[in-house]
Amino acid sequence: MTESVVTDHTKQETISADQNRVELCEKNPAEDFLRMDRIPHIWCPGCGIGTSVNAFVRALIEAKVDRSKLCVVSGIGCSGRVSGYLNVDAFHTTHGRAIPFATGLKLANPELTVVVYSGDGDLSAIGGNHLVHAARRNIDIKVVCVNNFIYSMTGGQAAPTTPMGTIASTAPYGFCEYALNLPHFVEACGATYIARWTTFHVRQLQKSMQESFAKKGFTFIEVIAPCPTLYGRRNQYRQGVDEMKMFKEVSRREKDIETRDAEIKPGEKIVIGKFVDRERETWLESMQHHYKEVLGDAYYPYTGAMI
Amino acid sequence: MKDSKMATAEKKERQSRGNVNINKDRCKGCGFCVEFCPTHALRFSEDFNALGYHYPVRLEEAACTGCDQCGAFCPDFAIFGYRYKSHT
Repeated sequence: MTESVVTDHTKQETISADQNRVELCEKNPAEDFLRMDRIPHIWCPGCGIGTSVNAFVRALIEAKVDRSKLCVVSGIGCSGRVSGYLNVDAFHTTHGRAIPFATGLKLANPELTVVVYSGDGDLSAIGGNHLVHAARRNIDIKVVCVNNFIYSMTGGQAAPTTPMGTIASTAPYGFCEYALNLPHFVEACGATYIARWTTFHVRQLQKSMQESFAKKGFTFIEVIAPCPTLYGRRNQYRQGVDEMKMFKEVSRREKDIETRDAEIKPGEKIVIGKFVDRERETWLESMQHHYKEVLGDAYYPYTGAMI
Repeated sequence: MKDSKMATAEKKERQSRGNVNINKDRCKGCGFCVEFCPTHALRFSEDFNALGYHYPVRLEEAACTGCDQCGAFCPDFAIFGYRYKSHT
């Protein structure tokens, strides 16, 4: 009898504590950085882009990034719509030209934290050349590449990142080309920070984004995301959750991983983790360094066109 | 699968250390929170929300630790977890 009374009492306590706390926690912590008049967003149920945005917003909050000095640039595609949903200074550029726009922003006002948030088709296919040269020059921008293996917005055509053998709308008998190994590619170009996570590894992704905000130079984070509507449906993953379960099973994080082993093939492991973390002079620094050496006192250091 | 989840939930007669706040009309029913909840404290509702999807509801018999894993997964910002004050 006494026992039952005790349990009732604890239950009541829990409920009352609950009600007190709910009043304090009515708002999702991510809402501060989102344009809530645009939510619910247009991404399909089971799409991983929303999860990556969630991790990005949490990273912004944790890293205490100054919102007045933050700018998000995105290209065309499903993930290009991220700039419209974030309540920060953002720009939705033309197809593949997110990196050139961000380069201009960063060089005009070097105080800004510039983030390029775009998809695999936009960054590696149409904007591939810009990715190469921004990484080579080591321009201080943070690139987040949402890789869902396919051109989602235009109807599921095969992209450079589509794994060999998978089915796409332009490859009904399976895709016959080798997929682009993005971390290896960007490392060869000279990026200073390279990581790859899937949308299943949300905490690690958030931490990686936080690290990239503190990092100087060209940083590249590849987020592997499910696309149930156009990729999963044709490749045995009927729903987004099925693809997330696949990521959970096949992703491997190993010690001393190299980007050359990070190629994605269907049915094989997905290598995840932080691949590269190194220091290199950024483009602005190397320019100033060089001209100071050549011109001496005649050179006035460049501090940005906006000041 | 569902039965085993229920069984584990019943075995753990622990007190919840937190709870989840669900905004059901924002949910698109992707199921990430229900599938990947570490304590299996969520299930799909039988009702539909305004968008026509089954939204997650909290299983009262399972202990929620308030770890906010559901909140980190949610693509639609519809759910988040929090800890009770006495346990933080």
